[in-house]
Amino acid sequence: MADKKPQGCVQPAAGPIAPKPGPEAVPAAGEAPRKEATVSVMVGKPAPDFEASAFHEGNFKNIKLSDFKGQWVMLCFYPGDFTFV
Amino acid sequence: MAAVAAKADEFRKLGVQVLSCSTDSRFIHKMWQEHELAKMVPGGFPFPMLSDAGGRIGTIYGIFDEAGGVDVRGRFLIDPDGIVQAIEILTPPVGRKITEAIRQVHAYQHVRATGGAEVCPAGWEPGQPTLKVGPDLVGNVWKIWKPKE
Repeated sequence: MADKKPQGCVQPAAGPIAPKPGPEAVPAAGEAPRKEATVSVMVGKPAPDFEASAFHEGNFKNIKLSDFKGQWVMLCFYPGDFTFV
Repeated sequence: MAAVAAKADEFRKLGVQVLSCSTDSRFIHKMWQEHELAKMVPGGFPFPMLSDAGGRIGTIYGIFDEAGGVDVRGRFLIDPDGIVQAIEILTPPVGRKITEAIRQVHAYQHVRATGGAEVCPAGWEPGQPTLKVGPDLVGNVWKIWKPKE
């Protein structure tokens, strides 16, 4: 692919993507800006969006959870490649 | 992950996009795929293998083990609206049973298809009777459903 960028040693990815704050989240004048809210995951609540670098079908690319909106997604975390279980 | 790969066709048939995620880099994912997974399952793991560098994603999903520096076994089933429907979290030494994840997909897809009018009782498997939610069901579940031995 001609437009394919060379892959460097490090691929920046956004990681957790915080939802856009509503108007009520804007700190009032003189108030210290709020720290990034801690997202907690709960059944029945939206899955927090994120971007991660990934390996798929022989290629490297960045993937966002929100790329799959409209589809069922099974997101499986595991302790590490080459672990025994 | 090899167990998930072995059921890849079933997940595709159900329209489920599988994503795996660990703190390993994408380079390690490539090596694991080529040197081990592809030897366990023909073609290896066919879904995107995500890198959670530093455990930042695992942290917001509540499954990052800071002491070990790894994401533990957390499985999140997310519906087409982006809502988390089911969570299973295991410590590292015990693997998941993937047929249970598939059963839950069938169940949640059925509930969604009925707009929530039908629900799936304990142990429900595809094809078995569901419960039709409404005032008439109150106190009458025993007529339709009993726990099995």
